[in-house]
Amino acid sequence: MTHLDSELQLLKGECISMWNLVLLQINKTQDSLLRFDKDLAREVVLNEKRVNAYELKIDRDCENIFALFNPVAVDLRFVLAVLKINNNLERTGDIAEGIGKFIVFTETSFDKNLLEVAQVIKMFNEATSMLAEVLTAFEKEDTALARSVFKQDEVLDNINLKANSVIADFIRKNPDKLEQALYILSTIRKLERVGDQVKNIAEEIIFYVEAKVLKHKKDK
Amino acid sequence: MESTILKSENFSAWFGENQVLKKINIEIPRNNIVAVMGPSGCGKTTFIRCVNRMHELTNDTHVEGTIFYTKNDIYKMDPIILRRFIGMVFQRPNPFPTMSIYQNVIAGYTLNGASLRKPEKDELVEDSLKKAALWDEVKDMLHRKGTFLSGGQQQRLCIARALAMKPEILLLDEPTSALDPISTAKIEELLFDLKKNYTLLIVTHNMQQAGRVSDKTAFFYLGELIEYNDTKEIFTNPKNEKTQNYITGRFG
Repeated sequence: MTHLDSELQLLKGECISMWNLVLLQINKTQDSLLRFDKDLAREVVLNEKRVNAYELKIDRDCENIFALFNPVAVDLRFVLAVLKINNNLERTGDIAEGIGKFIVFTETSFDKNLLEVAQVIKMFNEATSMLAEVLTAFEKEDTALARSVFKQDEVLDNINLKANSVIADFIRKNPDKLEQALYILSTIRKLERVGDQVKNIAEEIIFYVEAKVLKHKKDK
Repeated sequence: MESTILKSENFSAWFGENQVLKKINIEIPRNNIVAVMGPSGCGKTTFIRCVNRMHELTNDTHVEGTIFYTKNDIYKMDPIILRRFIGMVFQRPNPFPTMSIYQNVIAGYTLNGASLRKPEKDELVEDSLKKAALWDEVKDMLHRKGTFLSGGQQQRLCIARALAMKPEILLLDEPTSALDPISTAKIEELLFDLKKNYTLLIVTHNMQQAGRVSDKTAFFYLGELIEYNDTKEIFTNPKNEKTQNYITGRFG
């Protein structure tokens, strides 16, 4: 193994650790929403600092690899991909933190019927599954698995599209729960963004392994 | 904390009237690879030639200041003894053309009149060639001439010859500039392995090489040490404008 190979392995390991932390953040956010566990939500908010620290470390590692090793071909694509995946993971971490803050700010527990009709838990499950699948795709350099998330993202998009009318209907029937309904609408918007971040990550994996640029293409 | 194995204090060197090194102050930590870079004529080769007292072999040269190897002033040491602790590998592979691979590795001993028993020689040859990552390629032809080897193998043979003297510091003067990229990569990997047991000072014109292999980098310009820092710092955030201009290819 060359010196560059071992540096790239270390970088990959760092990226996977960050990925697992972000997955954990999303899972904890989901749990804290379901159980209305404000302590757990606070933990998510506090742990965002750890996600940020990973982002800074990976940025610095990529900078050093560019400066010291001048990577080319697949090595160059890998470092470029990690740099962007790093950014997407950090944004996903921000989303978990944002939803965690909604839970901290909300006074009463969330209406079970609201969570059900808004399909927010389904969104959480889908987003977590997508994020875990692209992680496996990254670890195994499996571009078929990476491509599979493009289809899954449609589930998130469809729920998001219907969200306005579903939430409006809920508010009409439960005007006293206006505030938490709006938090759930914002949560849906945020989870839809997780799907977009995961799609970006999948595109980066395909770019790194196959040298194909899928960004802004309709047919992926 | 890393201990210093080599240290120069206000060290200057001249060829006749021409001052080629100007008050160099540098500390080399043990088990590090230190790259010495700078444009042609900046004094980098002169500096490492001073470190094992080869500069004085040229007529009409003199030096001022001190260089310490551990706590010993090298200019108060016997140069023959000093060179056992501080070995040197040159730009062009230079195995002794009349000697076999085996004889080349132990040349430092035979040329100094040291007598070794056959088992000692065998062990020294195998150990040195293994350390130079050449053993597997040459173990079945140890008694062929060293000059039959490829350029990269010859350079590793020269490294084995230097290692056979059991030095603590290895000076390498552009050791890969005459080699193809594959041989260069092999030598670079070897250097990386060697730093576990040795301290390496490598003069290089190749900035990518300095980045890839070294822990610290010294940038020389017109006989002065302009900047000396961790290689990561030099290549991502050099403090001196001259260093920045050199590594970004704006001069030199």
